[in-house]
Amino acid sequence: MQGAMEDFLRALRAADVKVSPVEAIDAHLTVATVGFADRELFKDALCATLAKTAAEVTRFDETFETFFARETFQLEPPPPPGEDGEPEGMPPEVEASELAQMLLNGDVSALAQAMEAAAERAQVSSIRLSTQRSRLTRRMMEEMGLSEIEQIIAAAKKLEDARSQALVARLESGKKALTEEAQRFVDRQHELYAAESGKNLREELLARKALNAEGGIDPADLVMMQALVKKMAKRLADRYSRRRSKAQLGHLDVRRTLRKSMAYGGMPFDIIWKTKKVEKPNIVAICDVSKSVAAAAQFLLTFLYSLNEVVDRMDAFAFSGRMISVNDLMDDNKVETAILEVLKKIGFQQTDYGKSLEDFCDLHLDQIDRHTTVIFLGDARSNYADPRIDLFATIQKRCRAMIWLNPEPESYWGQGDSVMHRYERFCHVAKPCNTLGQLERIIEDVLRTYIPH
Amino acid sequence: MASVDALIEGLAGVGYIASRRIATALYMAVHLQKPILVEGSAGVGKTELALSTAALLGLPLIRMQCYEGLDESKALYEWKYGKQLLYTQILKDRMGAQLAEAGGSMDEAMDRLHGIGDLFFSEPFLEPRPLMKALREDDGCVLLIDEIDKSDEAFEAFLLEVLSAYQVSIPELGVLKAKTPPIVFLTSNNVRDLGDALKRRCLHLHIPLPDAALERKIVASRVPGIEAKLTHELVSFVQSLRTLDLRKSPSISETVDWARALILLNAESLDGEVVRDSLNVLLKFEQDIAAVEPQIVELIRRPLA
Repeated sequence: MQGAMEDFLRALRAADVKVSPVEAIDAHLTVATVGFADRELFKDALCATLAKTAAEVTRFDETFETFFARETFQLEPPPPPGEDGEPEGMPPEVEASELAQMLLNGDVSALAQAMEAAAERAQVSSIRLSTQRSRLTRRMMEEMGLSEIEQIIAAAKKLEDARSQALVARLESGKKALTEEAQRFVDRQHELYAAESGKNLREELLARKALNAEGGIDPADLVMMQALVKKMAKRLADRYSRRRSKAQLGHLDVRRTLRKSMAYGGMPFDIIWKTKKVEKPNIVAICDVSKSVAAAAQFLLTFLYSLNEVVDRMDAFAFSGRMISVNDLMDDNKVETAILEVLKKIGFQQTDYGKSLEDFCDLHLDQIDRHTTVIFLGDARSNYADPRIDLFATIQKRCRAMIWLNPEPESYWGQGDSVMHRYERFCHVAKPCNTLGQLERIIEDVLRTYIPH
Repeated sequence: MASVDALIEGLAGVGYIASRRIATALYMAVHLQKPILVEGSAGVGKTELALSTAALLGLPLIRMQCYEGLDESKALYEWKYGKQLLYTQILKDRMGAQLAEAGGSMDEAMDRLHGIGDLFFSEPFLEPRPLMKALREDDGCVLLIDEIDKSDEAFEAFLLEVLSAYQVSIPELGVLKAKTPPIVFLTSNNVRDLGDALKRRCLHLHIPLPDAALERKIVASRVPGIEAKLTHELVSFVQSLRTLDLRKSPSISETVDWARALILLNAESLDGEVVRDSLNVLLKFEQDIAAVEPQIVELIRRPLA
């Protein structure tokens, strides 16, 4: 059982259920307590010890079902004895080969056991890549004694009498069933141990993929990207939105200490230190969704949406020709619909940074005070219209920090209609940012450096 | 506690209808002596599980509500400063007399001082808070640490020692160990992700919203005297509400409250009028009520699940 448990834990780890050594020990203790006669009890008990979040519970259930799924073989039932000649009629090789015996007798459980044993010898559970599947299937079959069967079949074919033909037919069909089962077995193992690593690889590639690349993000990757961005935003928010006050030992709060000491007859028993309030991030995010950033717009909006979900005080704006507040859209809709709505409303028009800044200053300038961090997401390509640097400077003067994230690489800045260099002078930070990985790093830097602590 | 089935039955006896998964997790928690971390949306019966377990086992329940800023002195122990102060004053008077007897020699006076037992930091001056109370119960108890996700990370780290070894270190006294480890429940609403270290020390139980059959059982057990037909109707109404896209789906406690409300209103079966009047028991947001109201009749007419 220990070997099986270890394999199961490995499969769980592959499915991104974190299992530490302590939990592995717990799992073994669990098995010792509940036994494995009752499948449901066994599963629930293991689930309680191993899966530690709701998402992990789902993954645990899936892995458990796949791991402990054993389909029964579909074998032709053996012909009733007596009708088709005596077993002595079989060639001696059949007697010698265990596998042939099992196949001919239709001994399903013995076959299943033999397959497990063969899988262990062939180390099927060490499968890493989908291309290994056929080779491992073959190895497993060989471990089970495939060559013996093949020899018997070859020998019987030469004899050409009716009984040998029947034997050949039955062995062939048995072999076919066996191969299918072995394939299914290896597929399951692949799903258990390797499918997740493939997914991880894809996630990693996605995090490094340039978001303004030709064609943008593959629709197939979109869901994964949303999940990734969400995780990222949650991680950032967890870290930066929680702590509100931090004890600062060293400065005595005389007034409060004296007041507290009254209860103890003037003895200062409770000493109170001055604490420093930590302000929660107050963010204004402004996102360009015009044609020139079309490829990145969806991604930027996804990030905006996730950030909006996890940061308490955030105001989100989007613009291309004009600027609108998208807070309500994001609060009321699911992520896909929210993005579509935003894009439908103002997306993919001619960019006009000047007009958009005017809109912002007219309607929302009062939202910016010295605690606010402004994050600008855009490529600063204003179609040769007046970029209204003066308005930008006004915003910059009012806010605590101005951060510009540009999906274009730095070498493109200032070329063509880009006025990035002119805006850049008024930014505390201006950075290129065109992959998920970069985005996370920059946002983290930003939060650490520019959000008041 | 002999088997999972016995546990389900026992919990049902004290009015808690547990699914198999819940009972199994509880069974494991008792047998492996591990704390159990209960997660799930508000109102699915996380806290109730701890209360029912205490009732079932006949153990006292000690409850600690977590909030931001909760610290050791409120969770574990505090010194009784007032009494300590009085003690020092008494000590001062007595000491003055005693040391005066010793004559003028400073060394002798110091020897006498060391000879007097130091009671300043001792158990009588200790004011136990929930965690310490739980550890000091000789026959064990049920300790409920409610909404652990509301507390700070620092407090979470402080809990680790209590949860893994059932002991606490008090710098002035040493280590205090539980005679009988308490059965510990931690509940979380997932306001923030808990640390891995804490999760690793706990068994995990996620209570989902129940299916129709289980919910009918729960309503029947919590609201005695309710008719089967009404239970059936109201549960399937709530179940179909949950399929809608609401800001806060009604959970079990809301279903139970609603059932009680319907009984108060003398409703025999669901009709548009009654539902509209009592919808605010079920839905807690203005937008949700506005979204559901036009669909009430349609929702009632849906085939029973």
